Amino acid sequence: MTDIIAPDSRPLLELKQLEKRFVLDKGFLETLKLRRGRIVRERRAVHAVNDVSLSVARGEALCVVGESGCGKSTVARLVAGLLTPSGGEILYDGARTDNRSRAGMMPLRKKMQMIFQNPYASLNPRMTIRQALEEPMHYHNPAMSRAEVRDKVAEVMRTVGVDPSWSMRYPHEFSGGQRQRIAIARALTVDPEFIIADEPISALDVSIQAQVLNLMLEAKEQRGLTYLFITHDLSVVEHFGTRVAVLYLGTLCELADTRTLFENPKHPYTRALLSAVPQLSDDHPKHIRLKGEIPTPINLPQGCPFYSRCTYANDRCRVERPLPVQKPDGSAVACHAVEEDRLDG
Amino acid sequence: MSLLSVRDLTVKFAMRDQTVTALNQISFDVRRGERLGIVGESGAGKSITGFALMNLLSQPGYIDSGHVMFGGEDIVRFSDAQMRRIRGNRMAMIFQDPMVTLNPVLTIGQQMVETLRAHRKLSRAEAEQISILKLREVYIPSPEERLEQYPHELSGGMRQRIVIAIALLLDPELIIADEPTTALDVTIQADIMDLLLELCQSNKVGLILITHDLGVVSQMTERTLVMYAGRIIEAGPTRQIINDPQHPYTQGLINALPQQTLPGHRLKQIPGNMPSPAALPAGCPFHPRCDFAVDICRRVRPEIMRFAEVEIACHEVSRLHGIPYKEESA
Repeated sequence: MTDIIAPDSRPLLELKQLEKRFVLDKGFLETLKLRRGRIVRERRAVHAVNDVSLSVARGEALCVVGESGCGKSTVARLVAGLLTPSGGEILYDGARTDNRSRAGMMPLRKKMQMIFQNPYASLNPRMTIRQALEEPMHYHNPAMSRAEVRDKVAEVMRTVGVDPSWSMRYPHEFSGGQRQRIAIARALTVDPEFIIADEPISALDVSIQAQVLNLMLEAKEQRGLTYLFITHDLSVVEHFGTRVAVLYLGTLCELADTRTLFENPKHPYTRALLSAVPQLSDDHPKHIRLKGEIPTPINLPQGCPFYSRCTYANDRCRVERPLPVQKPDGSAVACHAVEEDRLDG
Repeated sequence: MSLLSVRDLTVKFAMRDQTVTALNQISFDVRRGERLGIVGESGAGKSITGFALMNLLSQPGYIDSGHVMFGGEDIVRFSDAQMRRIRGNRMAMIFQDPMVTLNPVLTIGQQMVETLRAHRKLSRAEAEQISILKLREVYIPSPEERLEQYPHELSGGMRQRIVIAIALLLDPELIIADEPTTALDVTIQADIMDLLLELCQSNKVGLILITHDLGVVSQMTERTLVMYAGRIIEAGPTRQIINDPQHPYTQGLINALPQQTLPGHRLKQIPGNMPSPAALPAGCPFHPRCDFAVDICRRVRPEIMRFAEVEIACHEVSRLHGIPYKEESA
C-alpha cells in the first residue's frame, strides 16, 4: 500500500482492516467450559466482520451483498457509528470516525444518514410525519426558524412523492411503500452527502420496490449523493450499484465494478451466488450447487472461510486465509484458486 | 380429469362493521402432476387461496360460495373429520417459515412418526423406517441422527427440507407450497427449488406454488395465475405470461423488475398501491393504477375471458381482440 492518493481523489469513506467481534460469553461463569473432564475458561465470539478493507469514492453507489449472517448489516452499522469496531479504522473524508465520542460524531451525523429495512419499525408510531421529519432539522440546524423548517420539510416531502398536506398523519396511516419514502425523506431533510441504506426495499412489493429505487436514483443524481447500499438482492445491485463488494462470513471475497462482476465473476462464491438467482428467461441454466450450508461465524476456521463449501478448495485453502489480490480488470479477489489459476473458464 | 378443480370460489371475512370479500369467484384447474404458480403482491389473495383449498380458513374467514373438487369430491362440504383424512395425506402444505411450521418441543422423528401413524396403521419402527427414507430423499445427511434432533438444532435450509420431507411422507397427490423459500438465502433457495421440482416430477405430484417472485415461477411452473385484489386477472402457460404478458398489471409487474431496465436508468414503476379488499374501487380493481383505463374500466368490472391459451380480465385486451365493451357484467 504505497500509492499516494491525491487530495481531490480522496475517497469519501475508507475502511481499513475493519473487524467486529461480538462476545457471546460475557460473565465469568459463562466463560467456564467443560473440556475433556477439566474446567477451562473459554470466551466465544461471533466474528461478524473480519479484516474488511474497502473505499467508497464520492458519487459512487457501493453495494455490499451477501447472504444472511455475512456481516453486511454490521458493516453498515459500523460505518454509521452505531457500533464500535473491535479493530481497524473507519475514515470519513480522511478523518477517523471510529474512535469519536457521541459529541464528536454529531457533525458527521448531518452528512451521513441511514435508511433502514423495515419502515414499520424505523418510524416512531407516536410521532406525526411532520414531527418525525422536523426533529432532525431542528436538531442539526438550530439557527433555522420554524417557518423555514416547515417549508423545507414540505419541499422534501414533495420530492419523495408524499403530499405535504398529509404531514399531520401518523405512520400507521401510510402503506409500506409510503412509509419507506417518508423514511427516505427524513434522511434527506438535513441535506446529507452520504446515505447508508440497509436493505431499504427488501420489505416491499415488486411494484413498490421500483418506486422507491427510482426515488433513490433521482436523489443520487439531483443531490450528488454517495451510497453504501446493503442488499441481498443481486438484480437490484446490478441496477443500482456502481461497484459491488461480496461478503461471505464477514470476509470480503470479491470487490469489483458492477459490470465486471456480473460479466466476469471470479470468486467461486460470487459465481455460485449469481447462478442461484432465479431468472425470467426460459433457458434453465444449471445453478452451481454449493455443498453444505454457511458455517457459524463463531470460532472461524483459520483458512479460507469458504473452504467447507468450495469445490476448488485444497490444503492451502484449509490453512491459509486468502487476501484480496488486484486483477488486471480492476477487481480484487480473495481466493487461492483464482490466484493460482486453478478455476476453469 | 383434473386433480383439482376450483370453481367460482369466494372467500369472505366477517369483520365487525362489514363483510370483506378477500377472494372473488376464482376458478382454475390443476392436472395430475402439473405445476401451477400463483403470483401477486401482498394482499392479492394468494395465501388465502392456499388456505381455502386446504379448508384451513379460520374465523373470521369463511368460504362463501363455490366449489373445490379434489379427486371428484367437493371438499368445501367436507366435515372436519373427512378433511383430516385428506389433509397431510392426499394434499399437503408447505409454509414460508419452517420454524413456525415445526413443533419446537417435539423431535423431528416424533413429528414424522406422528404424521404417519395418524393416517396409516404402522408400528413405530416401521414409521421410523419410512421417515428415514423420506429424509434421505430430500438429501438430509445422516437422517438417523436427525430423528433425535429438535428443530432449533438445524439450519433454516435443513428445516425447510424436513418440512418438505414431512409433506411427502404419505405420497400426496397435491402439494401447496406458500412462499416456501422466501425466508431463505438465494443459494439455499436454489437448492430447495431444485429439490421440489425433482420430487414433483419423479413422483408425479401436482404442485401449487404461491410466490411473489416471478423468477421462481418462471423456473418452476408450467402454468401461472396472476392475482390482483382477490381476483385472477391473467392465467395461462407460464412461458407465455412471462414473455408476452397481456394484462396491464402483469406487464407492469414484469417491467418493474430491475433486470428489465438498463442499469442506472429509471425503473418502470406502477403508480399507487394495491387497494385494500375493504375499499375496492368500482369497475376494474386495477383502473386507478392503469395507463390504459377508459371510462368503462371505472364502471364495469371486466370478466375473465379466454383468448386462445390465456385467460385475461381486462376491457382493453378484449377490445384489442375485437370483442366490444360489454356494458353490464353478469
